[in-house]
Amino acid sequence: MNTVLRLPALKPAGLGLALAAALAVPLISDPGTASMAVFITMYVGLATAWNIMGGYTGYISLGHAAFFGFGAYTLGLFLVHLGIPAGYQPFLLVPVAGVLTALLAALIGWIALRTRAATFVIVTIAFMFMLQLLAENLVNLTGGGAGLGLPVPSWGGDFFAIPFYYAMLALAILGVTVSWVIRRSKFGLGLLAIRDDEDKALAVGVPTRAFKLAAFVISAALVGMIGGVYGYFITYIYPQFVVDPLIGISMVLMVFFGGLGTLSGPVLGAIVLEWSQLQFAYHFGASRLYLIFYAAVFLLVIRFLPQGVVPSIADLVARRRHGRAAGPPGPASDSAEPPTRIRPGLASP
Amino acid sequence: MSLLEIANLGKRFGGVVAVDNCSLSVATGSITGLIGPNGSGKTTVFNLVTGFIPRDRGDVVFKAQSIAGLPPDQIYGLGIGRTFQLARIFPRLTTLENMLVPVRRAGWRALLSQRQWSHEQDRAMDMLESMDISQVAGTLGGALSYGQRKLLELAAVMMARPELVLLDEPAGGVNPVLLERIADHIRQLNAQGVTFLLVEHNMGFVMKLCDEVVVLHQGRVIASGNPRDVRANPAVLDAYLGA
Repeated sequence: MNTVLRLPALKPAGLGLALAAALAVPLISDPGTASMAVFITMYVGLATAWNIMGGYTGYISLGHAAFFGFGAYTLGLFLVHLGIPAGYQPFLLVPVAGVLTALLAALIGWIALRTRAATFVIVTIAFMFMLQLLAENLVNLTGGGAGLGLPVPSWGGDFFAIPFYYAMLALAILGVTVSWVIRRSKFGLGLLAIRDDEDKALAVGVPTRAFKLAAFVISAALVGMIGGVYGYFITYIYPQFVVDPLIGISMVLMVFFGGLGTLSGPVLGAIVLEWSQLQFAYHFGASRLYLIFYAAVFLLVIRFLPQGVVPSIADLVARRRHGRAAGPPGPASDSAEPPTRIRPGLASP
Repeated sequence: MSLLEIANLGKRFGGVVAVDNCSLSVATGSITGLIGPNGSGKTTVFNLVTGFIPRDRGDVVFKAQSIAGLPPDQIYGLGIGRTFQLARIFPRLTTLENMLVPVRRAGWRALLSQRQWSHEQDRAMDMLESMDISQVAGTLGGALSYGQRKLLELAAVMMARPELVLLDEPAGGVNPVLLERIADHIRQLNAQGVTFLLVEHNMGFVMKLCDEVVVLHQGRVIASGNPRDVRANPAVLDAYLGA
């Protein structure tokens, strides 16, 4: 009883503590760690955004790197062609990158969402490579394979990563908030229904095409904004590095690791896997050894935690509670509640 | 007065004629049975009426308005609910969430709002109680028994207050006790003004429950009328016995 009463107070307290810790990271860390924190928060935002589409609707997009790259190029092109100076001003254009990415996603989604399952996965990959090819071949606009140089802020080395960290953190918080609002809403329930059985959802009045498209566009807009900040952070963008399939696959793996369709799973997955990847980079240089690590993690998750870490832990806790509530093990009863029992409200781990 | 009118409906799948010039009407407030041997086109008629598959020809009129060509979600919005041959629920949503999915809300603000949940949850719980499955409100759909799924599917489809419900084999795969309960629920809902069109192979169930029966054979209507007359119709006996 006491535990139940304490929980509602613990949640905001825990969130407040996590937020305070996140805000304090640059203040208590060296520039190298702050730079790592930029990448970790970036992937928290990316995985959370991807989860809005892939996790809630079950439509696995492996082409979200297209939106990441599009956001990076959009902001970069604005800065270069409009002559906007480096500094804080470019951050104001990040929402514009988000809006333009949303428009692109609406167009791609309108076509891609006519397909389902494996076909959808392939169509999203195809769109990603089309965008990469466009970025490589529209040389006059994007600089092609030679890359596009963005204005470099004159901030000192120690301070350089800090504004980018806070920008990424703001976008990650925005992503988690949007995901939370959707998860608790009627719209979110419709998305989860689509994930479970799309035809049945249609039969009970869920406007599946509109819902899927809305989720796709919201997800892509968030990814595009993050891509914009990333482009400005690295100051020189190449098609193969911003429209990079590995970025898209990383988002997916992080969500699978943490828990598909959950709120906290993508956050956990991004922190654990991106931190590990950065450690690999730190210890083994620019080699792509981390890909072997990613592959191993993917296999282990599929084998031992097919639902991801968060749902597996939630299941374990539910089983323990159920076991405790039921007392010592006895003969199986028909009336026993299965461990999948959830509070009579909206199931949202 | 007819609530639903199907006129000269036709559907082919390649060389197979699934529904052939089918015309029937469902009177307001009735429980109408749609029967016929396997492969006679009953479920295809359901899919055509609810917009799941496009028709080749003919028209479907609901409340004096053509609904042919509309997508399933819009048809549901107009007041036609349906269930499936094998009970289909959302396995990773709780029973209560299954009940809330069909609730309709207009506009994006309402879709993202939490304000109406408690009112809707109360109604869903009332409905679950009336179906005697409120005790599993917090259980995931995938953990329910087949009988509970059947009842949940029927309860959930009623959440948007449809005027016409198409039931595809409501008695399929359920035990005799549950069968009687399902029949009672249908009668109760019918007494509250809901019209039913049901596809069923269990003739006892159909004869007890339906005011009117329509018989399909090879996609065509071969007989219609009250259950007793239809049962004695030689064309119906021929269709079923293959004589």
